[in-house]
Amino acid sequence: MTTALLTDITIFVLALLVGFEVISKVPATLHTPLMSAANSIHGIILVGAMLIAATANNALGYVLAFVAAAFAAMNVVGGYVVTGRMLKMFRRRPAPAPASEPGKASADGQTAAANGSGSRA
Amino acid sequence: MSTFNWIIQLVYVAAASCFVLGLHLMNTPATARRGNQLSTGGMVAAIAATLAIIIHAGTISATGWIVMLAGGLLGGGAGLYAARTVQMTAMPQLVSIFNAVGGGAAALVAIHDYINLAGRAAGPAESITITTLLDVLIGAVTFSGSIIAAGKLQGLISAAPVTFPGSRVINMAAAAIAAAASVYLIVTPSVPMLLVVIAAALVFGVTMVLPIGGADMPVVISLLNAFTGTAVAMAGFVIGNWALIIAGALVGASGGILTKLMADAMNRSLGNIMIGGFGTGDGGAAAAVGPGGDVRSIAADDAAIQLAYAQKVIIVPGYGLAAAQAQHAVAELAGVLEERGIEVSYAIHPVAGRMPGHMNVLLAEANVPYPLLKEMDEINPEFPRADVALVIGANDVTNPAARRAGTAISGMPILDVDHAKSIIVIKRSMASGYAGIDNELYVNPKTSMFFGDAKTALTELTAAVKTLVA
Repeated sequence: MTTALLTDITIFVLALLVGFEVISKVPATLHTPLMSAANSIHGIILVGAMLIAATANNALGYVLAFVAAAFAAMNVVGGYVVTGRMLKMFRRRPAPAPASEPGKASADGQTAAANGSGSRA
Repeated sequence: MSTFNWIIQLVYVAAASCFVLGLHLMNTPATARRGNQLSTGGMVAAIAATLAIIIHAGTISATGWIVMLAGGLLGGGAGLYAARTVQMTAMPQLVSIFNAVGGGAAALVAIHDYINLAGRAAGPAESITITTLLDVLIGAVTFSGSIIAAGKLQGLISAAPVTFPGSRVINMAAAAIAAAASVYLIVTPSVPMLLVVIAAALVFGVTMVLPIGGADMPVVISLLNAFTGTAVAMAGFVIGNWALIIAGALVGASGGILTKLMADAMNRSLGNIMIGGFGTGDGGAAAAVGPGGDVRSIAADDAAIQLAYAQKVIIVPGYGLAAAQAQHAVAELAGVLEERGIEVSYAIHPVAGRMPGHMNVLLAEANVPYPLLKEMDEINPEFPRADVALVIGANDVTNPAARRAGTAISGMPILDVDHAKSIIVIKRSMASGYAGIDNELYVNPKTSMFFGDAKTALTELTAAVKTLVA
């Protein structure tokens, strides 16, 4: 048992407890974005992937580093972007003029209906 | 420690703090976006610090740079594309894929480290070997298990529990081989034996997830999320980086909490879920008991009258709503009702959907304001005041049989839909839900069934309400 390992274990356990404390306060409404955010956080493995790319010195090492970097980068970029995309949809009040399809469709529908009744009259 | 190292370590501490504070800000929807931005900032800082280490050390080869940048750009591009284009109904698959690549990357870091150390005369120290093995084992299980989970969610692999003769034996054998090979490795460094550990762990991951049924996916995804976090933390032990340890532990805690919440919401133990779903054996026998009483069906016009003259309507969406892509249709109906001054809210069961909180995201996408999305404990006392409870594609989570002992779902927390003054259920047929038992709600004298596909039925209903009030 080295002191370094003991320090690492201490940090791990304390971080786990902080995690339980912080995350148990997240409401069920946000559980999907929470999981997605946790997903992006474990993308920190990119740091590990970069460090192995820096020490690799043979073909096998380069292949492992390449795959690890690709996996980790996909994890970190995708995770943060999709979390942001989801959270942007949570609104306190409905958006007044949504640019999304359903809003547009109903507006078009009303115009069409107005035109239709006009021509029938 | 040199000044340079001091600065780098402080940046890592700052990054880890950003992750914690970012998660903390997710305790309300109003601050959650800021939380995500803060977390992103921490990540950018950690990556920048790592680049600084690599440049400062100056030992990286040109090939190393190319490998790192090419891998990063390729993976980052793929992640960006997936994140921008994914449908919200497909979120569980995407989260599974991110779990897979995260766990896979963590395993690869440990594998690389082990091969390097095994090549040296001294060989790896025992404590390094143990954390390396934990990283490889957990990472590989997460990788293959998450890919199978994503395949099931996407419909590429049958969502029903997949079992074949000997599948349980293969699963047990894989676990035994992985454990035995790991013990051997702690005593004797050997790269070929590491490959045995990797292969056995991959097989274990596949045979672990295959027998799990589709409706148990919220639990499985949460569990695999916890695994990924733990694997990343172990990678932090291996390369001696505290930022990885802290980040991994946070994710492990998050996955652990969600796993427990989901299992509790189904009133099932984790062991029970891992062994295999309902409906594989005794479900048929329970169904034979059957309900007595008649089922009343209702036409769109009559249902519209009930809704249009109600004061309070509670909508109960289930996975059937998401499967029919009817979240926009239900939001439109709710909009029409609200214009008439009717109080509309949504009752969300924790396992409505294919991952924790999935239904909330789908409704948020359909522009439903989040204050209307109510959690089970919050909405249950409101059902007696509701004139109409409109159940759309939800089944087992509304079944009053859960309150009695002796049924397949006994003890499962349910939405008290039967306490509403009247109930309208939109459903395609009388088919039973995942638990394989009949829903007593459907034969309640207060209940009317509106048979049809959720989207078509809701569109008809909206049109009928509009005609009625015009």
